[in-house]
Amino acid sequence: MTASPHTFSPPFANYALESGCYDEMFTDNASPREHYRALHDRLLDLTQEELGYRQQAADLSFLHQGITFTVYGHEEGTEKIFPYDLLPRIITSVEWSTIEKGLQQRINALNLFLHDIYHGGKIISDRVVPYDLIYSSKHFRREMRNVDVPRNIYVSVCGTDLIRMADGRFAVLEDNLRVPSGVSYMLANRQVMKRVFPHMFANYGVRPIDYYGQALLNTLRHLAPPHNPNPTIVLLTPGVYNSAYFEHTFLARLMGLELVEGRDLLVHNHVVYMRTTAGLRRVDVIYRRIDDDFIDPLAFRGDSMLGVPGLFNAYRAGNVALANAIGTGVADDKAVYYYVPKIIKYYLNEDPILPNIDTYLCMDDTHRKYVIANLDKLVVKAVGESGGYGMLIGPHSTQEERNNFRDAINANPRNYIAQPTIQLSRAPCFVEGQIESRHVDLRPYILSGDNVTIVPGGLTRVALRRGSLVVNSSQGGGSKDTWVLYE
Amino acid sequence: MLSRVADSLYWLSRYLERAEHTARMLDVHLNLGLDQSQGMSVRENRERLMMSMWQTAAGSNNVLDDDYRLTDYLTFDTNNPKSIVMVIAAARENARQVREQISSEMWMQINRLYLDMKCATMPEIWEHQPHEFFRMVREGSHLFQGITDATMNRDEGWQFIQLGRYIERAASIARLLDVNFNALLIDNEAGGTYLQRIGLLKSVTSFEAYCKVYHADMQPNWIVEFLLFNADFPHTIRFCIKQVCQALEDIAVKSGRGTNNRLQRVAGRLQSSLSFDLVDDVLSGDLHRYLFDIQHQCDLIHMALYETYITYTIEASA
Repeated sequence: MTASPHTFSPPFANYALESGCYDEMFTDNASPREHYRALHDRLLDLTQEELGYRQQAADLSFLHQGITFTVYGHEEGTEKIFPYDLLPRIITSVEWSTIEKGLQQRINALNLFLHDIYHGGKIISDRVVPYDLIYSSKHFRREMRNVDVPRNIYVSVCGTDLIRMADGRFAVLEDNLRVPSGVSYMLANRQVMKRVFPHMFANYGVRPIDYYGQALLNTLRHLAPPHNPNPTIVLLTPGVYNSAYFEHTFLARLMGLELVEGRDLLVHNHVVYMRTTAGLRRVDVIYRRIDDDFIDPLAFRGDSMLGVPGLFNAYRAGNVALANAIGTGVADDKAVYYYVPKIIKYYLNEDPILPNIDTYLCMDDTHRKYVIANLDKLVVKAVGESGGYGMLIGPHSTQEERNNFRDAINANPRNYIAQPTIQLSRAPCFVEGQIESRHVDLRPYILSGDNVTIVPGGLTRVALRRGSLVVNSSQGGGSKDTWVLYE
Repeated sequence: MLSRVADSLYWLSRYLERAEHTARMLDVHLNLGLDQSQGMSVRENRERLMMSMWQTAAGSNNVLDDDYRLTDYLTFDTNNPKSIVMVIAAARENARQVREQISSEMWMQINRLYLDMKCATMPEIWEHQPHEFFRMVREGSHLFQGITDATMNRDEGWQFIQLGRYIERAASIARLLDVNFNALLIDNEAGGTYLQRIGLLKSVTSFEAYCKVYHADMQPNWIVEFLLFNADFPHTIRFCIKQVCQALEDIAVKSGRGTNNRLQRVAGRLQSSLSFDLVDDVLSGDLHRYLFDIQHQCDLIHMALYETYITYTIEASA
């Protein structure tokens, strides 16, 4: 990778293009892409002070609204603002249309896959996916075998992480099929954007995203028993100490649902009730933001204080619907990810529209040998982790870290996969008074109900540290508004 | 509404009322200190101030030695769960638990008050005007109440907020009178006694309202009559309990639980005694016992509230 010889004028003076890495704003010869031109020209007009002033206004707005997340493992100041970058990330309608189709295809296949593996496992007996891979996944729930979930929808809400490769195509980095978070930041970013750049926003032709709340509500209603025209739907949160608590309150308010904690619910005769001032009230659908492990201390982890004793039996009896269903994590296991293109082909008889990233399964002997020999070039991930934990980024690692991972891989090959170090695309960001380029990804939110709905865009996450490839909020990442344009 | 939410709204409001009350009491105390001649027992005043707020100086012996330490202890000491900073943090924590139930304006106000408290330091407020600081706390609480009235549905949640505020206030006024009444009777120096009596009224923002009824004639008996039985001023016990009963009735209707229960009886009984008892009987009888009983009745209302709406059993709900 070499720095480009192109020079930019302020406020882009520090901007650099890197070969082997797609730049969202500039083409290789440093002229702005067509859909970025208006933003680019506007930025040339603004002084640094004006940009700084707008950044401040945005930050204050987040602080005063208390839009924060919790960082685990710190005593002091556990609430932090999720850093917001001032400059939007722009996606054309053509690009979006591919993404949309690709994600719809993927979620449909994954829902069929989940139904299949919990009902006999045709895909396993047809030897498309190895049985030991499925049954050894720590998110496979034996208890869910032959349980029928409402309308056969396992994943109602999905957040899929996309990255843009050097050639400009989008690829899937990972699926989040358990309790994906971040959608509140997508919505809050848009609100703030409209406040700090109203004129530019109005003139750009950006597709709205504000109907997400309504779409999510419809998705949840779809799971309610058909005979009940007015189902009681609640959002189940682990409570204020959860890192995504802000989001839970935000969504509950957006949809007008009760935000409940485990201690608000109780199960009596396999029916779930919530404790209200008017007495006990029956609950029909639970949008749960608690992991499988913690949702019912009788069925899963007995030490969980967050869940509801007896909930799983009520679920199995068909008296309550859960979104997402229990046991969906088996399909976002990072080793199962490797098989998703085959899964799409198997159920839909279509070629995947969005490609996967090349992936090496450490449980495969040939793959593992290659991975061990190339630890300094690869990214190694633990298959069941999320949030950027349990990762080795080879090129940025020390010999000691690589040795540790080598030993861990040899001790438990099933637990690791490796991928080439992907240069995520880079987008202009306002950092310390200058516009510089930073690596970004994209997490669209996919709602699977009566049909599949994806609000245009998603959460663009930014690795704010220069050169960093890690965009997770827990690891120094931020986010920016994402614009999908009309034709 | 969820029982847990009702619980949080109730405590949010109680804590905020408590913070406001503490700020006002301290402010009045410091102000009185400026005027007091050497004959007055300042230490006793400090003791009574602590007792009025159910606080003891145990374990922190020197807080009674000077006003700086006392103010620090009651305002900033994070080891004192009743210090203003801790009480406001508790109010905010309750608000945080029910963020989606209160309006964003309400949340922003309590969050701002909390952040302002976190920025303030004892040397700084002492150096400048403690009065300004305590006014900020009081106004922060008033603003929250105003915002609540302006932006919140008059649903059960709003009523639980009213309940928390007025139960806390009624109990605080009863306690204040209870602890300080004997000191009002002492007639040592012309000016000193007068200041003590004004101080008591100002501690519950009642000085001006009292003067409208009795003029500036500070008689201990009238002060008791006013703070116990006046029906129109928001900082009298009778007024507070009337608000409590109204809120309870509204909640009973909205929740469909009805009014035929122990909670309504306990609250109604207190209200009628405040409406119909004679001040002469109270003063000629055992005033201390009467005031103590009011505090006890407030506790009973609190417990009955929990049994009815918050921590009921499955059997009781059917």
